[in-house]
Amino acid sequence: MKNFFSKTLTALCAVGAAALFCAAPTMASQTLKIGAIIAETGQASFLGQPEAKTLRMLTDEINAKGGVAGKFKVELLLKDSAGQKGKAVSFARQLIEEDKVFAILGPTRSGSTMAIKNICEKTKTILISCASTKKIVDPVARYVFKTPQNDSLAVRMIYREMKSKGITKIAVVVGGTGFGKMGRMFLNKLAPEYGIKVIMNESYSPRATDLSPLVTKLMANPEIQAVVNWSIVPAQTILAKNMRQKKWNVPLYQSHGFGNIKYVEIGGPATEGIIFPAGRLLVADSLDASNPQQAVLLKYKKDYEAKYKEPVSTFGGHAYDAFNILCKAVAQVGTLNEEKVRSAIEHMTFIGTGGVFHFSPADHSGLKLDAFDMLTVKNGHFALYK
Amino acid sequence: MSTELFFQYFSAGITYGFLYAIVAIGFNIIYNATGIINFAQGEFVMLGGMTAISLYPFMPLPLAIAAAVIITTIIGALVEIIFIRWLDNPSVLRMIIITIGLSILIREAALFVWGESVRSLPYFNGNSISSINIMGANVSPQVLWVIGVCAVMVTVLSLFFKLTTLGREMRACAANRLAATLCGINTRNRITLSFMLSAAIGAAAGCVMSPITYSQYDMGPGLAIKGFTVAILGGLGNSMAAVAAGLLLGLVESFSVMVLPQSYQEIIATTILLLVLFIRPHGLFGNKEAAALKEF
Repeated sequence: MKNFFSKTLTALCAVGAAALFCAAPTMASQTLKIGAIIAETGQASFLGQPEAKTLRMLTDEINAKGGVAGKFKVELLLKDSAGQKGKAVSFARQLIEEDKVFAILGPTRSGSTMAIKNICEKTKTILISCASTKKIVDPVARYVFKTPQNDSLAVRMIYREMKSKGITKIAVVVGGTGFGKMGRMFLNKLAPEYGIKVIMNESYSPRATDLSPLVTKLMANPEIQAVVNWSIVPAQTILAKNMRQKKWNVPLYQSHGFGNIKYVEIGGPATEGIIFPAGRLLVADSLDASNPQQAVLLKYKKDYEAKYKEPVSTFGGHAYDAFNILCKAVAQVGTLNEEKVRSAIEHMTFIGTGGVFHFSPADHSGLKLDAFDMLTVKNGHFALYK
Repeated sequence: MSTELFFQYFSAGITYGFLYAIVAIGFNIIYNATGIINFAQGEFVMLGGMTAISLYPFMPLPLAIAAAVIITTIIGALVEIIFIRWLDNPSVLRMIIITIGLSILIREAALFVWGESVRSLPYFNGNSISSINIMGANVSPQVLWVIGVCAVMVTVLSLFFKLTTLGREMRACAANRLAATLCGINTRNRITLSFMLSAAIGAAAGCVMSPITYSQYDMGPGLAIKGFTVAILGGLGNSMAAVAAGLLLGLVESFSVMVLPQSYQEIIATTILLLVLFIRPHGLFGNKEAAALKEF
């Protein structure tokens, strides 16, 4: 009896296993599992929210059309890192080891991306980051790409602008985040090339609620001709507010981390006149028809704004680019082979919201200085700065 | 340092000092009535600000603030009635853990209702860039509002506790609950009232500070730590000492920027808290013998 029972059990197991084995390959070839680690909540939520919304929108859109290249249904596994490095690392492990995703999009923040860069490289998982610092792609990791413009390029844009105005002595103020630290490094490193001297270096807590003592300290130095405020957290508008309250009217430059109109809304009139480099998405309506990006920008803007009833931000654009670069490469290759898809991205030219990307084995960012325009805030809206 | 610069640092320090003091007084009111620290105090501040912001589109600003204060006061009462009142002679530790749980509960509820976003009330006078010149320094008119409102609240509260019967009864509860009960005071109701009072002043502070500091669902714990530091620094239970300690912390934080990067500002309060707990646990203005008699 016992013998009969165990035999039946073995047979059942064998049948079950066989069924699984037969099912597995067909299932896998039809689904493109994309992991995404996005700071949907937390201090970087002004960046992460539009990214998450964009990824959900694009997934629905592409699946409605029958998937990538008409055969790979996209399954998006979106994890909210809350902007925390530790969470990003454990989500990356989970996505790679348990969910066996094909590629990971994000993380939103520079620090988080740097924390998982090696994990992705070692496990040969394609990572297309939505974070900005150049360190993500320098040194190049074979499986790691990014869509936002390099922070070093943003620094160059700002310095070029300052040089044309004859500004030579500046104060650098950064938010105490990964993005802030890398920004400070590039701001100090590149300044001499443009004949600029950074005479004060300050940083503030990303949780700061008032920076008037800091502004007072800066004001006490009469040599300062301009301030660069390099940050992604909401506290970045507080600096502008406190400067204008104190009637200190030196030009204020911000990073491309300012590209969400919500920062203007919470900062109010204090943000008027802030100058910052950004991709063209924010001024898509005022571009010439000759601009190669125009069609992409207008389509994304229209889709996003129709679906979510809120203005687009450059950050959502970074997610848009990351998602589409991956899908384009998968469609080109036609199979879900990490190495081939990786190589396809590496040789791709892609017209995205962040600029026209020219990837190469040595350049996993693909954008040049021309991806930026200088923008400003005019009557509560973003406008081209001329 | 020029007087102008000095005054710039000074005004920022005073503004923050008063805010911390208000949170600390909220701690003290409840501590005096119950002997516990209500760690949900920062959440009352958040609730006041966020409620006023939500109501503002539908009514004039003063009305929105008044309504927010009333709603938060009711929430304060509900918190006491639902979670604290029915406990029969609970231990201090148990009560503290309940308030920590409450603060998490309120915060998560606020996240659910208002989401992540950072909001703010409009400036009461002018806008985010208007300022007035005082002794050569430019300060936002909102700073005067904060200082004014907080100063009025502190004065009214201390008069209330000194002069009115109700206030005296509450102090009696604090001094000796059993004796107060024997005198015919309903101590349970006084405890509810203490929660309402501290919710009300927290909410009012949350409204006046909102234009300057913005409001967000998770602003509570940060404020609670500062307020707690100030309450301990002044000596638990002593509201006037809390004002002095609050101003001290505010000024130290503000002037520290001259030598320390702003990003280290958060460390100052924590360091002070630890130092006080190690060296002078009864606070700067507290009495060592009196503190030794208390359970906590």
